[in-house]
Parts: sequence; C-alpha cells; structure tokens
Amino acid sequence: MSAASDVGHSAQRQARWHFGEVAFWLVVLACGFAFPSRYLIMTDILRLALFTMSLDLILGYAGIVSLGHAAFFGVGAYAAGLLALHGIINEPVLALVVAGLAAMVLGFATSFLVIRGVDLTRLMVTLGIALLLEALAERFSNITGGTDGLQGIEMQPILGQIPFDMFGKAGFFYSLTVLFLLFLFARRVVHSPFGLSLRAIKNNPLRAAAIGIPVNRRLIAIYTLAAFYAGIAGALFTQTTAIASLDVFAFERSADLMLVLVIGGTGYLYGGLIGAVIFRMLQELFSTITPQYWQFWIGLVLVVIVLVGRQRLHRWVLYVPNLVIKQVAGRKAVVAVPESDS
Amino acid sequence: MTAILTNLFDGVAYGMLLFVLACGLAVTLGLMNFVNLAHGAFAMAGGYVCMVLVNRMGWPFFAALPLAFVSSAAIGIVLERTLYRHLYARSHLDQVLFTIGLTFMSVAAVDYIQGSSRVFINLPAALQGQFDLFGVGIGRYRLMIIVICGLLTIGLQLVLAKTRFGSRLRAAVDDPRAASGLGINVPQVFAFTFAFGCGLAGLGGALSAEILGLDPYFPLKFMIYFLIVVTVGGSSSITGPFLASLLLGIGDVAGKYYVPKMGPFVIYTMMIVILIWRPNGLFGRTAAR
Repeated sequence: MSAASDVGHSAQRQARWHFGEVAFWLVVLACGFAFPSRYLIMTDILRLALFTMSLDLILGYAGIVSLGHAAFFGVGAYAAGLLALHGIINEPVLALVVAGLAAMVLGFATSFLVIRGVDLTRLMVTLGIALLLEALAERFSNITGGTDGLQGIEMQPILGQIPFDMFGKAGFFYSLTVLFLLFLFARRVVHSPFGLSLRAIKNNPLRAAAIGIPVNRRLIAIYTLAAFYAGIAGALFTQTTAIASLDVFAFERSADLMLVLVIGGTGYLYGGLIGAVIFRMLQELFSTITPQYWQFWIGLVLVVIVLVGRQRLHRWVLYVPNLVIKQVAGRKAVVAVPESDS
Repeated sequence: MTAILTNLFDGVAYGMLLFVLACGLAVTLGLMNFVNLAHGAFAMAGGYVCMVLVNRMGWPFFAALPLAFVSSAAIGIVLERTLYRHLYARSHLDQVLFTIGLTFMSVAAVDYIQGSSRVFINLPAALQGQFDLFGVGIGRYRLMIIVICGLLTIGLQLVLAKTRFGSRLRAAVDDPRAASGLGINVPQVFAFTFAFGCGLAGLGGALSAEILGLDPYFPLKFMIYFLIVVTVGGSSSITGPFLASLLLGIGDVAGKYYVPKMGPFVIYTMMIVILIWRPNGLFGRTAAR
C-alpha cells in the first residue's frame, strides 16, 4: 500500500464514529433526564464545553495560544443581550446565530493581527484585544449597562414554541442541541483535509507552507470559525441566564478556559467537553471547602498539571480504560490519546 | 503649560516605576524566553513585606525597602531552583499555564493572609506633599522614585556593560551552549539573574503601593503593563524596556488626564498598533527565538 493511500485510510478510520463516542453522547442525554434538579449547573457545563471546544479549535488544532478568547464570548453575550433587550430579534435561535456572526466578524478582523508574529506577540495581541473590549464596554456604559450589566432581558420562546422555564429544563436541552450540532460540524471540520492541514501547520508551519498549504489563510479561517463558536457560547450564556455584565470579557475567564482545555486535553474535541465537567466539579468541590479562596486550589491544580506533564497525566488517566478495552475487545488503545503540542 | 510639565513629571515617575517593576521580566521573558506571567506576584510580595515592616513593626520606610528587595529575591531564587528551572525547555503554553496557576495561588494566598482591601504604607513626613519648582508642582514621593529608579537604571546598565558578570549573562543569553562550553555556569547565571529581577520587582512593589495601589489583585491588574513594557521595548538591551516604560508611563498619565473617559483604552490601542507595526518590539531584535 502506498504512503498516500495509507494516510488517507488512517484519516478515514479516525473520522468514523466510534462506539465510545455514541455512548458518550447517550450518557450526556441521559443526564438531562436523570438529574432534573441540576439543570442550571449542567447548562453551565454545556456552555463552558462549547466555549472550550472553540479554544480547542485554535489551540489544539492550529496551535494558536490565545489569552483573550473571552473577547468573542463577550461580544456574543452582549450581542444576544442587546438583541433581546431592545426587541430587535426576539426569536432566540435567530439571535443566537446573529450573535455568533457578530463575534465571527470580530474574529475575522482581528485574525489578521493574530497571525502576525510569534507566540509571545499572539499572547499579547489576544490579551490586548480582550482588555480593549472590556474597556470599551465600560466606556459605553449607556449601551452595555457598565458594571451593572444588561438588566431586564426577557427571552421569548425558542422557535416561538418552547418557553424558557425557571428550572432551566428548556435552557438545558436548547444548549445541548446547540452544542451537539456545533460539535458535529467541528468534528466534520477537523477530520476534513482542511483540519488535517491545520495539524500540519501546528506541527511545523514552515514545512506546511513548503508542501503548498496556504498557512495564513488557513489560520484566518479557523480563527474566524473559533470566534463564531465562542460567540455562540457567549450568546447561550446570556440567553440561559438572562444577564450580561462586564465580567464576560474578564481575563480570568480566558485563563480559566485554558485550564478547562488543559484538564480535558488539547487536540481532540472531547477534551473540552470532559474538561468542562471536571472543572465545574472541581470548582464546586473547592468552593464548598473554601468559599472565598477556591482560586488558590484551581491555581495549584494548574501548577501540578504542568509540573507532572500533561501527556503523562493523560496517559495515567487513560491507563485503566485502555486496560479494560484491551481485556474486553482484545485490541489496543481505542480511547484517543491527546496529541502532543509543543 | 505648567499642567503639561506636571503631567510629564508624573508620567516619568510612573514610567520609571514600571521599569523597575518590569525589568526583571525583560530578562526572563526577553532574554531567557520564559513567559513569566507571575512576575507581578513577586512585586506584590515585596510590597506586602514592606507594608508589614513599616506599619506593623515600626521600621523606617527606607530600611524596609532593601528588605522588600531581599525577601522577593529570596522567594524568587527558591521558586527558580525548585520549580521554574524545570520549565525553561517546555512549550510557551506550559509556561503560561504554570505561571497563571502561580498567580492565582498568590492572589488567593495574600487575600487569605492580609484581606482583600487595598493597603497603604505609612510614609515619613519628608516624602509627603509637593513643592513648586518654577511653578511646576513636584511631588516629593515621585521625585524620590525618579532618583531611586534613575540610579538603579544607571547601575544596571553599568553592571551589564562593564562587569564580568554582565558579560557572562550576555554570553549565556546569546548562546547558552557555547557559553557553557567556555566554562560559564549558565544555570547559575540565570538563577542569579532571575532572583535579582524578582528582587527589583519586590522593590518596585514596595515603591508602587503609594502610586499604583497595592491589593491582592496587583499581579493580575498590572500583568499587562509589565508585558507591554517588555514586548514593546524588545530585549536587545536595557534601553528598550526603559524607553518603553517611559512611553507607557507618560502615555497612561496623559491619557487619564486629557481623555479620562477613554481610560485604559489609549494604552491598549497603542500596544496593539506597535505590536502590529513592529512585532518584535520598538527597539530591538526578536523577543522569542
């Protein structure tokens, strides 16, 4: 078998749906029915998962380190809030898409700044853009409501049929549907030739350019797409909580996001989803122990993760599942091991 | 006219302070290529040490300043030897995550020990108030900052350019492998430089309590300022960060005075424009190799 067809074959095999993936989504769906009293926190996890998936697209697949991803989240959140508050677009799904597009436009505009320069410049520029937007939102407090945030947002029924209820049930299934659809799309993208070329760029931009991949155009495309995803996550935040305040742009949000992604693992789409679940549980745990100082323990988790080494950690975590799979199915490692990213 | 000069003076004092705070970062980030977002935590440590010594134990302010330097440097060298040095060869992402983690820990720890409100250091009477010089209002405290920071800058420049240690450091930075081949103990040079940078940050933290405000969120609030100084200034010499600090200080003070509504907007825009225009900093070679 020639090398080219070998690669194609392997890519196709990876793109196929595995049994484990189907099981994962069934479990998520089952959670919606199993814990009816926990809709709010579960919706929160779904939002965070979507947001993290967005960062994974640029960090895990394209290798762009961003410290200001909250910028797009914030734009999406404010867009959705303003649309609903002023009754411009009352229908949530349409407003969601419009908010996502608003973030996407910003993503496209700023992508030209981000693709220039090396890691350090990117860090600074992404961080700067988020801070700039935060300063702008504070400055134009007559539009954004300043530190009080947008208040009195009332959401209309989804598609004119399903109203948001106070237990968050509608919000949960709404978020889940959005997350699942966007996940399907992201999955399609990362397994396409486009997605494979992104990985080539991440591993070695120079070599990728040498084999004819238009590096800058690909990076702009994925950055714009990631901005769209982040905007949708922000809009979901506003729509399900009915608030949008300045802290949507906060640096802590971007920093936490990185932690979530790192806990779950970069470079495979489930990393964001799993990371979001673990992160929220950790947060709950820490804030029950020390309500005020949970940030200390979150910081400690970060430090330990880095010192132990992310890849080693993931190997340990996957050790037992892989052992079980080996025993039961008699084959090797089906559970995806995150790619290295150095 | 005099208002402009007073603003200029305040801006210079502010800029010099930023330089002392950030020049340690210029070495770790610019020269050793290590993204240390926790730099502000060392500054905060120095500030709080000074505050405790002066306010609670009755030390004179000028005696507490050196101790702020020493304590931050000590924390720096312990962390460098135990944690940081394992991360020099790791990816930028790992370094960012690690140092953000440290920052979060320091913020929560100081909050736990000292409370979350802003603290002030009791200044001696000689440093309070201001006097007029040809109609220009000169704050005594700011004048002292300019003197101290100016002397430090000259001292640093001399050490880097003239002493044996300075040439060792420059050699170790230019080419660590060749330097260690010549018998220079590169890790030791880096450890010492790192500790010295942390010490300077600690001193800066103690001095800045009056001007920038000292509270547990100091490392997060001013992280961006330190990063701007280093990335805009470049790292080929100490002059780049110095000029960048002055520019930033004057720009920020002027921005707050003349367009108060725009707030930090001016600074961030300036930074993004400069980084787009010259991705490797205004003065000098590439920061990250």
